[in-house]
Amino acid sequence: MADQKHGHGHGHGHGHDHHHDHDHDMSELSETQLRVRALETILTEKGYVDPKALDAIVETYETKVGPRNGARIVARAWTDPAFREALLKDATAAVATLGHVSPVGDHLVAVENTPQRHNMIVCTLCSCYPWEVLGLPPVWYKSAPYRSRAVKDPRGVLADFGVSVPKDIEIRVWDSTAETRFLVLPMRPAGTDGWDEERLADLVTRDSMIGTGLPLDPAQVRS
Amino acid sequence: MNGIHDMGGMDGFGKVEVEQNEPPFHEPWEGRVMAMQRAMLYAGAWHIDQMRFAQESLPAHTYLRASYYERWSLGLAKNILAGGFATEDELKAGHAATPAKPLPRKMTPEIVNAGLKRASFFRQQQGPARFQPGDRVRTLNIHPSGHTRLPRYARSKTGTVERIHGCHAYPDAVASGKGDDPQWLYTVVFDGKEIWGPDTDPTLTVSIDAFEPYLEAVR
Repeated sequence: MADQKHGHGHGHGHGHDHHHDHDHDMSELSETQLRVRALETILTEKGYVDPKALDAIVETYETKVGPRNGARIVARAWTDPAFREALLKDATAAVATLGHVSPVGDHLVAVENTPQRHNMIVCTLCSCYPWEVLGLPPVWYKSAPYRSRAVKDPRGVLADFGVSVPKDIEIRVWDSTAETRFLVLPMRPAGTDGWDEERLADLVTRDSMIGTGLPLDPAQVRS
Repeated sequence: MNGIHDMGGMDGFGKVEVEQNEPPFHEPWEGRVMAMQRAMLYAGAWHIDQMRFAQESLPAHTYLRASYYERWSLGLAKNILAGGFATEDELKAGHAATPAKPLPRKMTPEIVNAGLKRASFFRQQQGPARFQPGDRVRTLNIHPSGHTRLPRYARSKTGTVERIHGCHAYPDAVASGKGDDPQWLYTVVFDGKEIWGPDTDPTLTVSIDAFEPYLEAVR
């Protein structure tokens, strides 16, 4: 459906099923643009929003908040056993001790991949996602295919990502049905002995912190 | 509500399609919608559960055909109208024609960084937690017409309490304007087979975060 198509054609999802035989020739995209423009004009004229604040919000999510935040948390957990323990116990409190990561809300939960268990995060009801540590969710995370299948056929979903988890490993899917937000702590790749946090963070992909991917192979990363 | 948004376990949506090097926003209007919604939530115009319910209660075909931010824009318009922050005529005209309704606060450029910090959903507990980690619980068979965070696939299922997350604002109450009605929140884990039947991958477990009113004790 549109959600799926939106992996490619943003904003034209509406038109796909149409044959342009209806009585208006204005595309759904421009209807949306007009609606959004009208909303911003009205909210601004009424003094509810400040367009400059909107600019700053957009800029924050375009440039400041992203998966590098989460990668730093993971890299620290890989190198500091006490931090790892604190993170798994109370991720919000643990992340607050990292000066270089912006503060997170009260409800961050880190879940650890182990040789026995692989974790995956989904929000079947909407698109709950740990924005503060991963940035805005990708379109696929918000799409119907992911939201419908992750809880029922996670191995099939992993196959869509080209990821295969051994058959004897437990797959645990966390459905984000409340305000708790989950971050997967992936396993540290072999062959990274002696690596510092900065280098390790380069291995931590966004998808590895959602559970639809694994950290990069150290051999793939420049030394 | 048993809406189209409650997608867990549905078939027929196809493969997960991943876009490489995806930008934060594909069109400038997407960012404006996101920012307006964040600013209105910050201002106290409505609650996040009311934002969710506005989108969930879009006609099912609209929900499916709209992109993510198109849904946000439609939901935003609904929240604005429902809250009396603008009229239908104003939305049609694209300009304000009536006085503003007072709001508790306003997101200004200077406070964006602090203002984007996630609000806490912890609330004062109203009594002791009814369940503890390790307790067996069953989710209720409920089909409310309003907002709920108990997905259909996890109703009337037996699982185990794994974690207690404290006492939280209760979305089912908040979305219908009944206030926070604080409730204990638990991670409840189910065997895949309990949810999807005997042919399910035996290594699958699924958890939800369940508010106490969704649960009953299993003896």
